[in-house]
Amino acid sequence: MTRAGWIRLALIVGALALLEAACRHGLVSRHAVIPPSRMIEGAWNAIAADETRADIWLTLQNVVLSLILSMIVGTAAGLMLHKATRFRRALDPLLASYYAVPTFVFYPLFIVLFGLNRWPLVAIGFLFAVVAVIINTLDGLARIPRAFVRTAAVMRLTRSQYALHIVLPAAAPWFFTGAKFAVAYSFIGVIAGEFVVSGAGIGHAIAFAYNSFDNRMMYGLIVLLFVLVGSVNTLLSLWERKLYARRAGR
Amino acid sequence: MSAEHLCLTGVTRIYPATEGHAAVHALGPIDLSLKPGEFFSVVGPSGCGKSTLLDVIAGLARQSAGTILFEGKPVTGEVPDGIGVVFQEDASFPWLTVFDNAAFALRRAGVPDAEVRERVRHTLAFTGLSSFAQAYPAQLSGGMRQRLCIARTLVTRPRLLLLDEPFGALDQQTRLLMGDELLKLWRETGATVLLITHSLDEAALLSDRIGVMSARPGVFIDLVETGWARERDSRLAAEAGFGVVTGRLWAALRDQSIKALAMAS
Repeated sequence: MTRAGWIRLALIVGALALLEAACRHGLVSRHAVIPPSRMIEGAWNAIAADETRADIWLTLQNVVLSLILSMIVGTAAGLMLHKATRFRRALDPLLASYYAVPTFVFYPLFIVLFGLNRWPLVAIGFLFAVVAVIINTLDGLARIPRAFVRTAAVMRLTRSQYALHIVLPAAAPWFFTGAKFAVAYSFIGVIAGEFVVSGAGIGHAIAFAYNSFDNRMMYGLIVLLFVLVGSVNTLLSLWERKLYARRAGR
Repeated sequence: MSAEHLCLTGVTRIYPATEGHAAVHALGPIDLSLKPGEFFSVVGPSGCGKSTLLDVIAGLARQSAGTILFEGKPVTGEVPDGIGVVFQEDASFPWLTVFDNAAFALRRAGVPDAEVRERVRHTLAFTGLSSFAQAYPAQLSGGMRQRLCIARTLVTRPRLLLLDEPFGALDQQTRLLMGDELLKLWRETGATVLLITHSLDEAALLSDRIGVMSARPGVFIDLVETGWARERDSRLAAEAGFGVVTGRLWAALRDQSIKALAMAS
């Protein structure tokens, strides 16, 4: 691990230790925050319970569905917008201000449209993630160096050769960034949706624990969520670093 | 093949008017013919249309008027077989090794694997990149990356090599040495070379003939024959004749450069 990595770890452990001590000595009310050791205990209990495992599984399914949909639709839309220059210019400010729209207000509408099932949640996750994919796809396509485009012309590549052998690898780092955002946004969209109006899933389980004053379960689930999202993100970052290490001359 | 390898007659390029911008007459009319195996350079003030000239010859852009014949066949907005281009910008693909970069065009053209390996190995040896075959471009210096771009072009065995300020981003000493290597490659491949450069020294050292272009719209205002032997290298810079050539180039260019500067400001 790098020096910065050790410092980061020390900071996290230090903060947790501080919180543990503050909670145990009554500096923080136990009704508000429980000691981290209890949170971890809660997380363990959550995993042990069949019901919570089902909640976690359901949330993961919805996140993956919204991720796949946003990647496919976002990439396709990005490719089309890149071609339609004038339309893209008209749309640019709307894309830029997209995240100012509270997507969650559409939840009731989605329930009317799709019914009370998983799809309103998937739709919220999708809406949240898709624009990040579009923006990064557009960014990646716009940043393909002109010299590559001209080299492709000199080599007399066909359209499919150009797409596969130049566009895809040249824009890959941006596609990857889009995918990372999509993972984070799908999680946020789905879990927040579950939190507000849903009968199952991690978000619902947290809300349920909160409403029934079950602090240990609530914090346990939050810790679980942290670990889950953190692990996915770390795995993606490691993969990305491995993919691009040589490219960057490391 | 006709006696002329490349023949331009009345080639003109005008960028049509767009919203808020008047039409720009960028180039021409240009008349030029190159003999097979000739080393021809184009010098001219900034913005005179040198690169535009290269683009229309390569078929990367379409001329507004005039004809271009490469090996007797007209060039019209599509890159013909037998033309290789090296650009000023680094165009090596960062996601491929030196070997795969060099093999790129051959593989896309469906050349059998064994032949690809053989030709790439030969070209990398030829350009002094053999020991870096498995390196990535990011691990190479700027000069080596440009050499890779030249190797990637040479591997396709172009009969006409178009070079758009390929050493523009390199320091003067590296440029001189790269020039020597380019001369060696030129002699050994027998290709016709058209080099665009803003360096009078580079043009004077490398070329059989140099075309001096005017400020926009670029037309040839002088054609200078250097009279160098085919066997030559950068040591030419020490000879009296070298000063004569650069002197003549600058005499033709000075007023045009002043004009181009005034246009730019």
